[in-house]
Amino acid sequence: MKKQWRLVSLVSLLSLLLGGCGKEFQSTLIPQGEAAKMQYDLLILSSVIMVFVVAVVSVIFFYVIVRFRQKKGQEHVIPKQVEGSHKLEIIWTVIPILLLLILAVPTVTYTFKLADVSAAEKAKLDKDTVVIDVTARLYWWEFAYKTDKVVTSQELVIPTGKKVYLNLKGADIKHAFWVPSLAGKIDTNTENTNKMWIQADKAGTYNGFCTEFCGPSHALMQFKVKALEESEYKAWIAAMEKQDGKETADTAQAQQGEEIFQQSCVGCHAVAGNDSRPAAARIAPSLANFGDRDLVAGIADQTDENIKNWLKDPESMKPGNKMTGKYGNLTDQEIDALTVYLKSLKVTQ
Amino acid sequence: MSSVAKKKSVLWDYLTTVDHKKIAILYLVAGGLFFVAGGIEALFIRFQLAVPNNDFLVGDAYNQVLTMHGTTMIFLAAMPLIFAFLNAVVPLQIGARDVAFPYINALGFWLFFFGGVFLNCSWFLGGAPDAGWTSYASLTLASQTHGVDFYILGLQISGIGTLIGGINFLVTIINMRAPGMTYMRMPMFTWTAFVVSALILFAFPPLTVGLALLMLDRLFGTAFFDPALGGNTIIWEHLFWIFGHPEVYILVLPAFGIFSEVFATFSKKRLFGYSSMVFATVLIGFLGFMVWAHHMFTVGMGPIANAIFAVATMAIAVPTGIKIFNWLFTMWGGNIRFTTAMLYAVAFIPSFVMGGVTGVQLASAPADYQFHDSYFVVAHFHYVIVGGVVFGLFAGAHYYWPLMFNRILDETLGKITFWLFFIGFHLTFFIQHFLGLFGMPRRYFTYLPGQGLETGNLISSVGAAFMALATIVLLVNVVKTAVSGKAAGRDPWDARTLEWAVEAPTPEYNFKQLPFVRGLDPLWIEKMEGRKEMTPAEPVGDIHMPNSSFLPFTTSLGLFIAAFGAMYMEGGKETEWLIVAFIGLAITFGSMLLRSVIDDHGYHIHKEDLDGDDKGVTA
Amino acid sequence: MQAEERLTLETLPADPEKATLEGKNKFLGFWLFLGGETVLFASLFGTYLALKNSTNGGPTTQELFELPIVFAATMLLLTSSLTSVYAMYHMKNLKFKQMQLWLIVTVLLGAAFLGLEIYEFHHYVTHFKHTIKSSAFGSAFYTLVGTHGAHVAFGLLWISALILRNAKRGLTLYNAPKYYVASLYWHFIDVVWVFIFTVVYLMGMVG
Repeated sequence: MKKQWRLVSLVSLLSLLLGGCGKEFQSTLIPQGEAAKMQYDLLILSSVIMVFVVAVVSVIFFYVIVRFRQKKGQEHVIPKQVEGSHKLEIIWTVIPILLLLILAVPTVTYTFKLADVSAAEKAKLDKDTVVIDVTARLYWWEFAYKTDKVVTSQELVIPTGKKVYLNLKGADIKHAFWVPSLAGKIDTNTENTNKMWIQADKAGTYNGFCTEFCGPSHALMQFKVKALEESEYKAWIAAMEKQDGKETADTAQAQQGEEIFQQSCVGCHAVAGNDSRPAAARIAPSLANFGDRDLVAGIADQTDENIKNWLKDPESMKPGNKMTGKYGNLTDQEIDALTVYLKSLKVTQ
Repeated sequence: MSSVAKKKSVLWDYLTTVDHKKIAILYLVAGGLFFVAGGIEALFIRFQLAVPNNDFLVGDAYNQVLTMHGTTMIFLAAMPLIFAFLNAVVPLQIGARDVAFPYINALGFWLFFFGGVFLNCSWFLGGAPDAGWTSYASLTLASQTHGVDFYILGLQISGIGTLIGGINFLVTIINMRAPGMTYMRMPMFTWTAFVVSALILFAFPPLTVGLALLMLDRLFGTAFFDPALGGNTIIWEHLFWIFGHPEVYILVLPAFGIFSEVFATFSKKRLFGYSSMVFATVLIGFLGFMVWAHHMFTVGMGPIANAIFAVATMAIAVPTGIKIFNWLFTMWGGNIRFTTAMLYAVAFIPSFVMGGVTGVQLASAPADYQFHDSYFVVAHFHYVIVGGVVFGLFAGAHYYWPLMFNRILDETLGKITFWLFFIGFHLTFFIQHFLGLFGMPRRYFTYLPGQGLETGNLISSVGAAFMALATIVLLVNVVKTAVSGKAAGRDPWDARTLEWAVEAPTPEYNFKQLPFVRGLDPLWIEKMEGRKEMTPAEPVGDIHMPNSSFLPFTTSLGLFIAAFGAMYMEGGKETEWLIVAFIGLAITFGSMLLRSVIDDHGYHIHKEDLDGDDKGVTA
Repeated sequence: MQAEERLTLETLPADPEKATLEGKNKFLGFWLFLGGETVLFASLFGTYLALKNSTNGGPTTQELFELPIVFAATMLLLTSSLTSVYAMYHMKNLKFKQMQLWLIVTVLLGAAFLGLEIYEFHHYVTHFKHTIKSSAFGSAFYTLVGTHGAHVAFGLLWISALILRNAKRGLTLYNAPKYYVASLYWHFIDVVWVFIFTVVYLMGMVG
């Protein structure tokens, strides 16, 4: 592993020339956790080997095309017809095999390390093990905390500094879960549950994406991962367990919004943090902590304007979504009230 | 029993031809048109992605363009263009008068053509397929329009065409080589054609089955991919990639073959390490079937399967590396002429090596969890397919144009095309590696500002414009050459293999007398001994020719009609469309029956009529 | 001699199906085609094995299959393969009438097989409500066995067409390869059935 770091600078330099390494909240080149770091190590190791290969080929290549190009007056020269060279052919068979072996060993090791979710498969989970059921739907994400009876959506909140185990499934069609700066992706199949773990070293918000082509709003099926320090995480869980979405509405407008919500929205959306409905009944994102979230509909910044646009015409913001046409027309005034109410759904100050 | 070859209109001639040289031109024209269509779709994609939050092509509209770009380029552009060169070159290269099954060869073309036309009809009939060229089952079943049905039935029809085309070339190469043309004297392009035909034979049936299951699920209510009834969508992924991975080699191996010919000819040297090249080709073809699951590392197959497929995939790099070095050493010590064809071949080496090394990186399963379905993969396969296959097709076009049309494409325009395309290609795709690593997923119709993706996407879109420009120059070149090109004559490149030993333009019977092959590069051997022509292996005699036939066209047309019937059987119009489907099938099976019961013995060209005048006469 | 001339004992080559280049090509090409068909059936078998327990609450393989009828079908098809061998044997000895006769027997046996299969499917649908739509197992079962059945039906039409078309003109170098590849096809169908019998029925009955 030491050797690779010597050439890291070289590779980094190349990437720097091309506009940095991306953003630390979504680039695989700035890994923020153990899984992403292991994958980054493999990327660097393979890049070093490959840069070596490209260098060798390039040297021969440029020598050949410069040295042996036809010169004036040599149009009729016939070069020696060489059949081949066993020595050379053996060299360029054996050396690539050796190079590949260097790559194959850590590849296999890391494959097994990354697949190790045994801590989450114990009959009785350790008290501090965090296991979360991730469900992907057209076009949003649900995160149900296994040990804490908390259900949230669109923003995965995790504690820093430890492995968080995910059980992933697609509820309608196949999607895939990717948080580039924390871990590589895994598919959310419709016929089985996949497992993986992620881990964040430090607190922060990281971008997540759906990476399995899933229809018109595939590109808009983004989400966030918020990593909190252990104590803050515990506080968040506690607050979510308490959240019932009721006392939050303290102004008249917010109360009107709550009424509208109870008429038009509650059939699909939950506002309680401990949504107790069975998984199959949770057909729309929980809004228990909507006011805390960075994004509306997983794609637009949370501003009043965006919330209102979304409520007014979801289709224009996210084609093919399942909310369009599920509720009657709302007046501007009703939308304003609903917006105030939704923004009041918070569990952090 | 025989017929007099009458004067026919050009159109009727091409509709009924069973001559591999004319079928080659049909493939070239049809493939070229689809290539332009796929290219325009690519431009739309890059236009949409040039800036963040663009609204030029949103949601499903983008998905249709994206799906059709991939599907068109793979199935309707690259495949037929490769078949164009197989048809134009292979029979001549092995010293054969014809292919083994001229009728089936024509049928293969028309099936491909009608399948492709059917697929593109979707644009005008309610929307194109929108589930990606891979059409993963759960998304496919959820797709609302008939687009995906167009995909399923169109590919099914053209796939059958490809399959029988592959069988034709296998038998041609095994049974119809000229005297003295042993397997280890076959030119590299013929070898790749041979291996590719075998790959087609074994890779297309899984696609046929996959498409059939998808069709049954979508049109007839079965439950293969419906988890609610016990179905499993992963089956589609396996079937698709058991076909899909060999397909990559089906595309790239013939390009390797073309490059091998071009390197040898324009270095004036025999191919370095010929036997190891043959060995590497066969090995790549074989390993190509062992690695399909590396497209599925993130499916959750478990660490054991992932590790096995990772290592197996890395192994393919070895024979590919052998080939790269053999090409470099073919040039080493040579007398290199930089014609346009050679420029493409030379540029291919670094471009393809780039695609190859990222392929090895992708093979490393844990790293692939990051690369998979990101722009890194998009960059990788475009480096392989454009840097390998498209460069190969362009090289082939410039190299074999004199053989196919007896004209040399304009070299100046050719070189302009080359440089524009070369620069545009790297501009478009190199940066995409980094876009992927920066966290840009594949098949996204847009991206948000502030995620570090703006510059890269803009550069990529500018590059696409260069490639478009290059294609326009190429088309101008084709027209200019057709209008004012001079006759190329025989062997214009001072080449080495048998296809250049035939007269120009190539007579319909190819060789008046079958040539006698005395080694690898048979024409070169004769030329080195001061002869201008091949030594004949037989005296001049009557030549047996196949009759042309309209039945391949009608057989394919029938399936084209039947596909519409099968697709629209719904919504209270079942009977009407069922009748349409039956009419279509009746046309197809009727044509097959006619072919079966009407004896077709072909006709003979008398030896007295061979010199100069090659019109067919009664036998 | 010309390929379309009627063969006599004097002109009969050892392998009339491979005596011309066209015949040789047809012979090899058909073998290769059967290679592709093998992969096709392998894909269907794979799909079936993956889905055979996905009965969605419907009947399982143990409940569904009955040995006698399947065994009878197997015997019919195996015998038809044998009779097609007889036909090819007579072709090589230029006994055209006997060849045609044995092919007619082959067709009859094949038709009987197909009849049994249709009866079997009908039985499953009416008595067990086991249809191609009822479960993934149903889809996979009917598709695999039905694809084989469709091959049988096509073979019957093909061989019948050959028998009728050539009834009056005897054996030639032009039609000998046609007869031969049709018999190859028939053997192939038989081999596929042996696999279906084993993998679908026998393994299905023991669970």
